Amino acid sequence: MRVDGKGLVDRTRPVSFTFDGNTYRGFSGDTLASALLANDIRLVARSFKYHRPRGILTAGSEEPNALVTIGRGPAADPNVRATVQEIYDGLEARSQNAWPSLRYDAMAVNDLAAPFLGAGFYYKTFMWPRAFWEKLYEPIIRRAAGLGALSGQKDADHYEKAYAFCDLLVIGAGPAGLMAAWVAAQSGADVILADEDSVMGGRLNAETLDVDGKPGTDWAAEMVATLEAMDNVRLMTRTTVTGAYDSGTFGALERVCHHRDMPKGGVKETFWRIAARRSVLAAGAVERHIAFENNDRPGIMGAGAVRAYLNRWGVAPGKAVTVFANNDDAHRTAVDMQAAGVHIAGVIDSREDAQPLGDYPIYAGAMVTGSQGRHGLESITFEAQSGTERLATDCLAVSGGWNPSVHLTCHMNGRPTWAPDIASFVPTPGSIPGMETAGACNGAFATADCLREGVDAATASIKALGMTVADVAMPEADATPYSVAPLWAVPGKGRAWLDFQNDVSVKDVKQAAVENFTSVEHMKRYTTQGMATDQGKNSNVTALALLADATGRGIPETGTTTFRPPYCPVALAALGAGSQGKGFAPERFTTSHAASVAANAPMIEAGQWYRPSYFPLEGETTWRQSCDREVGYVRNAVGVCDVSTLGKIDIQGPDAARLLDFVYTNMFSTLKEGRVRYGLMLREDGFVMDDGTTARLGPDHYVMTTTTAAAGQVMRHLEFVTQALRPEWDVRIVSVTEQWAQFAVAGPLARDLLNGILDTPIDDEAWPFMSCGPVSVQGVTGRLFRISFSGEHAYELAVPSRYGASLFELLLARAKAMAGGAYGMEALNVLRIEKGFITHSEIDGRVTASDLGMARMISAKKDCIGKTMAGRPGLVAEGRPQLVGLKPLGPVKQLTAGAHIYTPGEDAAPAHDQGYITSVGFSPTLGHFLGLGFVKDGVTRHGETLRMVDHLREIETEVELCNPVFFDPEGGRTRG
Amino acid sequence: MVELRAQTPLDDMAPMTIGTVTLAEVDLGVLTSIAPYKGQGKALSEALKAAHGMALPGPNRATGKEGARAIWFGREMVMLAGPEPDAALNAYAALTLQSDAWTAVQLSGDGAEDVLARMVPVDLRAASFKRGHTARSLVQHMNGSITRTGPQSFVVMVFRSMARTLLHDLQRAMESVAARG
Repeated sequence: MRVDGKGLVDRTRPVSFTFDGNTYRGFSGDTLASALLANDIRLVARSFKYHRPRGILTAGSEEPNALVTIGRGPAADPNVRATVQEIYDGLEARSQNAWPSLRYDAMAVNDLAAPFLGAGFYYKTFMWPRAFWEKLYEPIIRRAAGLGALSGQKDADHYEKAYAFCDLLVIGAGPAGLMAAWVAAQSGADVILADEDSVMGGRLNAETLDVDGKPGTDWAAEMVATLEAMDNVRLMTRTTVTGAYDSGTFGALERVCHHRDMPKGGVKETFWRIAARRSVLAAGAVERHIAFENNDRPGIMGAGAVRAYLNRWGVAPGKAVTVFANNDDAHRTAVDMQAAGVHIAGVIDSREDAQPLGDYPIYAGAMVTGSQGRHGLESITFEAQSGTERLATDCLAVSGGWNPSVHLTCHMNGRPTWAPDIASFVPTPGSIPGMETAGACNGAFATADCLREGVDAATASIKALGMTVADVAMPEADATPYSVAPLWAVPGKGRAWLDFQNDVSVKDVKQAAVENFTSVEHMKRYTTQGMATDQGKNSNVTALALLADATGRGIPETGTTTFRPPYCPVALAALGAGSQGKGFAPERFTTSHAASVAANAPMIEAGQWYRPSYFPLEGETTWRQSCDREVGYVRNAVGVCDVSTLGKIDIQGPDAARLLDFVYTNMFSTLKEGRVRYGLMLREDGFVMDDGTTARLGPDHYVMTTTTAAAGQVMRHLEFVTQALRPEWDVRIVSVTEQWAQFAVAGPLARDLLNGILDTPIDDEAWPFMSCGPVSVQGVTGRLFRISFSGEHAYELAVPSRYGASLFELLLARAKAMAGGAYGMEALNVLRIEKGFITHSEIDGRVTASDLGMARMISAKKDCIGKTMAGRPGLVAEGRPQLVGLKPLGPVKQLTAGAHIYTPGEDAAPAHDQGYITSVGFSPTLGHFLGLGFVKDGVTRHGETLRMVDHLREIETEVELCNPVFFDPEGGRTRG
Repeated sequence: MVELRAQTPLDDMAPMTIGTVTLAEVDLGVLTSIAPYKGQGKALSEALKAAHGMALPGPNRATGKEGARAIWFGREMVMLAGPEPDAALNAYAALTLQSDAWTAVQLSGDGAEDVLARMVPVDLRAASFKRGHTARSLVQHMNGSITRTGPQSFVVMVFRSMARTLLHDLQRAMESVAARG
């Protein structure tokens, strides 16, 4: 029910929204919760386990009951707390966890079965037979117990991550936070003030107390406006600081577009990482409930929340309000409601000496023992000195006192301190380095104390920053002390609820103690108290107080469970923002990418690079046709392939040759200028790391190439060697992978093609196999390497990347004119298998030089990384798998990579494993499949017939072991 | 003779303004990575000053001005951007041509800092990251270089092959900042 003349909502701006398909009206400034209450909607949800009817309990982010789904389709957002969701025109909200409807929920039958579903029930009952838990019980229980569901579609909304930096981060913009920010800002510090709410001011907006001679809400608004105008202050509304981490880093979740239609390019949430030199926690406090039988009925709310709905949003949550409390503060609810013209049915105070603050019926020394009303509160029963009484009421405002929000101070393993005067926990100073605490989160509840503590906290922070503290006037404010007498649960037999979100009752906690789960951490896990998405903000202190009682210990000895980040639920979409889909990693494109895509080449990923798989021609229906044709280009005419993705590392300096001799197994100091050499690189443990060619461009200048896959690894390795192992060497390394676009030109006509575009023609004498040097291509200085990965007469031509696209086009046109063309990764693979050249399919990290038949490449004349370790007995012993070639025999003409090799007649089981196949390809040149693989002592077994079994694809064939070089073993074509 | 056509990493993309922030591909001229040899830092700095008018920048600093800048580029590495490097520098450092290895964009306008705050985990506030300051850091998922060139302008560099990803990520961040109004 809306109350005239109250609240900060804008009554000139009505807003229309729907809840469960019905249209309602509210005002700009309303939350979904306040707007529903204004429309007298009390039943908004069903509880998690027992599907009990639930209403709105709180007015803040701690809300355990009123979880709804916002929006529909891919953008639907489940489990949104109605208390933080602001309404806007067109907002669609739906209740969750109820079927067929909120009012008539079939699963409410669970509540009748409650005696069988209490804490510990599952553990004891669903144990046998063992397999049934996963297959039967768990799916059924999960279906019944639940929160809202995701749409199952790709999230249509964008989220983002961002970074912020400041001298002082103030968390919470209530009276303490505002004062702290004000002092720090006046002192010249760079301040970030973050608050969960859409309007700053904290409880000042929920109370009727004056500050500095004016209404608290006006004072807060003026202060916020003043701060906003300052250059050194950044106000972050709708931003919950979710975690405190090392070195003054905080996580914070900003709800950017939850409260409005999504603008073009907008994001739903931003997850901030805030690095602050100092911080002030002014997070306020959360009001706690009192457990009594059926204390969870819609209409039973926090007393502070009831007051907030009236003062902040102009809504009376009931027509006849009753207050049940153990402290003075809650009496303000009665006073404020009465002042607004709402009927107060009575105030029931458990303290015998309770005094009324106004003219309303008070029952001192009384306790509420029960409630009635099917879908909402109709009446309560209470035990007064005069006996049991019943009171008709549609709203019960309950306050068991306030719990300081100490959570962030515990995120780095701090434990809070028990404060008997407020019957709750307060932060232990120094729990978070550089953090001061102020106001209600520190146990200071009077407004005047909050303001003062805010100033003190800022003063300490500014001093610690080495700055001068500005003098600010302390505003006058209410200083009424807070008085509370602990009351955790009203004695009684029925179910009295503690953790509303996980349906944990007082009985469950007592049962935990009976079953000897007396540690608070065990009680938590046994009952699931505090394990819901509200992390037990509303129930932790009460639950452990009851546990303390049940185990005969004090509360400080019982202790708390561990508060962990995040303080409020954070969508994974926000944490992983920017990394969905292709955002997962950068995409690296070669200069020929556009031309390849235009030629319909399917792309395959090689690390972050995209490379063309093959270039289909019209009429070709399978990739094999294209691949065979492209292999033919290279074997018979000329083929062109972009090889820019291979790592290129520029190595210069007086010790460049020493470095290469050290990292390669073979010698590079003897390499002549203008020559290229193949090199093998080992890891420190003696296994092969990478291979490639390195060219000597000058006396102290080399350029190393790596495989595409290991470019980063090799660069890192060289950095490690030059920085850590041989820092005394004068050698400089830098990546030039991106500087050069490099193309392989391979085939019998390769030189003819090049001579058509090079400004000075080349010949075999000046450019023999494994030579290199500068060339001029159409006036552009490039580099030419006569190297071959195909076994043909071949070159690699490099030009600065800006000319890459243009050169590719030119090479292609020339190749086509010579009955050749572009070849992709599939053809490249077949070509190299025909020649027995290895890739990382073979050098997979478990392979030694000796396994590859390259033992002689480890030079005896020098040391190199991995040499000693490569000599370990296990790495040189007989019986190691060695590189071999494989050819299929018999009717099945197919080989598959990953298949294993067995001896014919033996069982195809791991015990008889003889080896495995690493690479296969159909060779159009030789007319059959070829394979490379590793077979036990394979080098000595050429000619043997073995059995290949692919257990996954269910393919089996006989294979003949052979020399891995299938084609042109003498290498005449390469030199030709 | 056929001419080889030069292409910039973003293929001469027209400047793009979203909200108050403008993204433009920039040509920094000749890029040369300069890695001083052992003990040659001082001599190199002198030679750099004599040849190109700027000292060797220390870590996280850039020296020189538009058209001729020396940008710190990591451990014992500086990127000379602009002039063809003087041959005299070869005596003190390993020089490597890098003109085609990097995509360079300029991000400018009110809100440029906010855009970068969505991609770079480094404090870029004007008070701590002044003109002439530079950082090697992450640009979203990319390894990049960020230099402040004016009160509201930055030069951002990533590998050439990542130009499109850079464009995509920057555009998203610009749209998000603009959407906040």
